[in-house]
Amino acid sequence: MFYRENGQFKSSYREDQQILGIRQDRWFIFGLIAFAFLVVPFVASDYMFRAILIPFLIVSLAAIGLNLLVGYCGQISLGHAAFMAIGAYAAYNLVVRFPQLNFLLVLVLAGLIAAGVGILFGLPSLQIKGLYLGVATLAAQFFIDWVFARVKWFTNYSPSGSVSTAPIELFGYKFDSPVERYVLVLAVVIVFALMAKNLVRGHIGRSWMAMRDMDVAAEVIGIRPMYAKLSAFAVSAFYAGVAGALWGFVHLGSWEPAAFSINFSLNLLFMIIIGGMGSILGSFIGAAFIVLLPITLNQVLPPLGALVGMNFGTAMASHLEFMIFGALIIFFLIVEPLGIARLWAIGKEKLRLWPFPH
Amino acid sequence: MAAKKNGPVIALGAVLAAGLAAPLVTGSPLGFYLEVLIGGLMAGVLYSLVALGFVLIFKASGVFNFAQGAMVLFAALALARLAEWLPAWIGIPAGFPALTLAFVLAAGIMVGLAWVIERIVLRPLVAQDPVALLMATLGVTFFLDGFGQTIWGSDIYKIDLGISKDPTMILESMFQGGILVSKEDLIAAVIAAGLVILLALFFQKTATGRALRAVADDHQAAQSIGIPLNRIWVIVWAVAGFVALVAGMVWGAKLGVQFSLAQLALKALPVVILGGFTSIPGAIIGGLIIGVGEKMAEVFLGPPLVKMWDLAGGGIENWFAYVLALLFLMVRPEGLFGEKHIDRV
Repeated sequence: MFYRENGQFKSSYREDQQILGIRQDRWFIFGLIAFAFLVVPFVASDYMFRAILIPFLIVSLAAIGLNLLVGYCGQISLGHAAFMAIGAYAAYNLVVRFPQLNFLLVLVLAGLIAAGVGILFGLPSLQIKGLYLGVATLAAQFFIDWVFARVKWFTNYSPSGSVSTAPIELFGYKFDSPVERYVLVLAVVIVFALMAKNLVRGHIGRSWMAMRDMDVAAEVIGIRPMYAKLSAFAVSAFYAGVAGALWGFVHLGSWEPAAFSINFSLNLLFMIIIGGMGSILGSFIGAAFIVLLPITLNQVLPPLGALVGMNFGTAMASHLEFMIFGALIIFFLIVEPLGIARLWAIGKEKLRLWPFPH
Repeated sequence: MAAKKNGPVIALGAVLAAGLAAPLVTGSPLGFYLEVLIGGLMAGVLYSLVALGFVLIFKASGVFNFAQGAMVLFAALALARLAEWLPAWIGIPAGFPALTLAFVLAAGIMVGLAWVIERIVLRPLVAQDPVALLMATLGVTFFLDGFGQTIWGSDIYKIDLGISKDPTMILESMFQGGILVSKEDLIAAVIAAGLVILLALFFQKTATGRALRAVADDHQAAQSIGIPLNRIWVIVWAVAGFVALVAGMVWGAKLGVQFSLAQLALKALPVVILGGFTSIPGAIIGGLIIGVGEKMAEVFLGPPLVKMWDLAGGGIENWFAYVLALLFLMVRPEGLFGEKHIDRV
């Protein structure tokens, strides 16, 4: 009734090709962005920004990166947090060694450096695929963890091995309070998400999907597998690198190599499985899910436990979190391999016809 | 063609062998060198035990079981806690009788677990993309980690096999200072060897074992002659669970039962890459190579590296196995003993 595109005619190629083809979608998304920029900064608490909104936005970006690789190009990566670490440490070193650089430029450079390393560790994907590649990316994870923990140059010879950053300054303006940092991250994430959406609609995204669906067939119709796979690794690592730099500078402020451990990598993978493989929207949904679930459990479990006379400590809550993650992964793989994003799409389809059955 | 293909493998082997011999040439004491070698072999035996579980499941069902490490942790936790609780519950004496009963019970639990996994996870996902199955076992990993620690507790527990941890000197007459060998390690090696022999007998001599091998060879052919695939999968997961229990017992006795056990078991991945996904001897030999390689690298390669690049400590152990596996993947993706067929793109 409300969500119907009757009477919306496309009279030019441009209109036909736009990302949000239906007027209601357009309103919804623009409304959401306006809400995020204009309303949220005034109503949300500092805790909301620091614990939920900023981490959510940054891991969404990392999840988009991983989704480009796993969901769109079909190459598995179990070590994506390592590329985030590359981005974070690259940004740190750039800021320390070239303090006059603009932070946005630092972000892009950090992403490019991560992309370079991504290509390096993507090289095995030309020879092998699937499970074998998983082990190759695990090698990246453990090796890069070690490099940042042990090679002192990368941490600027800090005695404890952890690094800390100064508040971000852009065009003479200091992004100090959580609200300001939130707005900065929001702007960066929206720009990169839009870029990702356009990438996967374009030539390069289509060649990735062709590789994913059937590599041999893709090669037959003239897609160069080497170019497609390595570009997927590069772009994916670029996104991870930018997200890592943001994670370090905006969210953590000071961090040590353990901040980008294998568990982070696996969490990213869970985000895209639950949110939806091969969907930009799914990356956001999955990230929101994985960020919110532990916080919700910590809030909900103790009173619930008290109700049935059990005492849930924090350890118990974290174990339950593990169990729920595991169970959800299996559930989604079996019931809806395309994740919550697919459910969302089905819901929209239903809404178009409502109140009629078809 | 063959020579061309084997070239890089031989080169890599030569580099490894040179690395192995280098400490001797540069004048490390022979006794110390042998100690490191034996320590590496012992660690390798433990890796082999976990890798065995991987290979069994991969052969029979084509599932890359990321959860093997979690199964090791789960089994070890069950064993440690049952051995602790049983004396209070049914009044059998603590120590060896309680441990034996706990072992039997834990084996039963692992069989039950295998059945549940087959029913709930594998059957609905049958004939899916291997990557989806890998992710499903990731889910199993997380579930088992959480579930195990919920019911069994999350502290560090001990498994006391009643073996003294004191090292013994051997070959004192041959080397100055002799070689220190832990008795526990020797028993671990014996247990591992026993398990391998047991598995070999099971696979060669029993009807079930032959059915398992048939399924591993060709699923469709096995099914067409009336081998029930579902039951075979339960059996193979149960066997892998039993292997995990043995690995958990040996590791738990050595290092204590704790969460890091599951992480350590990830090392079995490079082992199976090296040995080949479908080869039981490969798992054993791969495990030994990885074990020796990483101990050698840590002890002999670590300090010079640290000095040369001014690193903040060694820890090469953490990645050596993976990087070795990565190099190996480049030159010989099927592993040392794996089947030749690999999907190349």
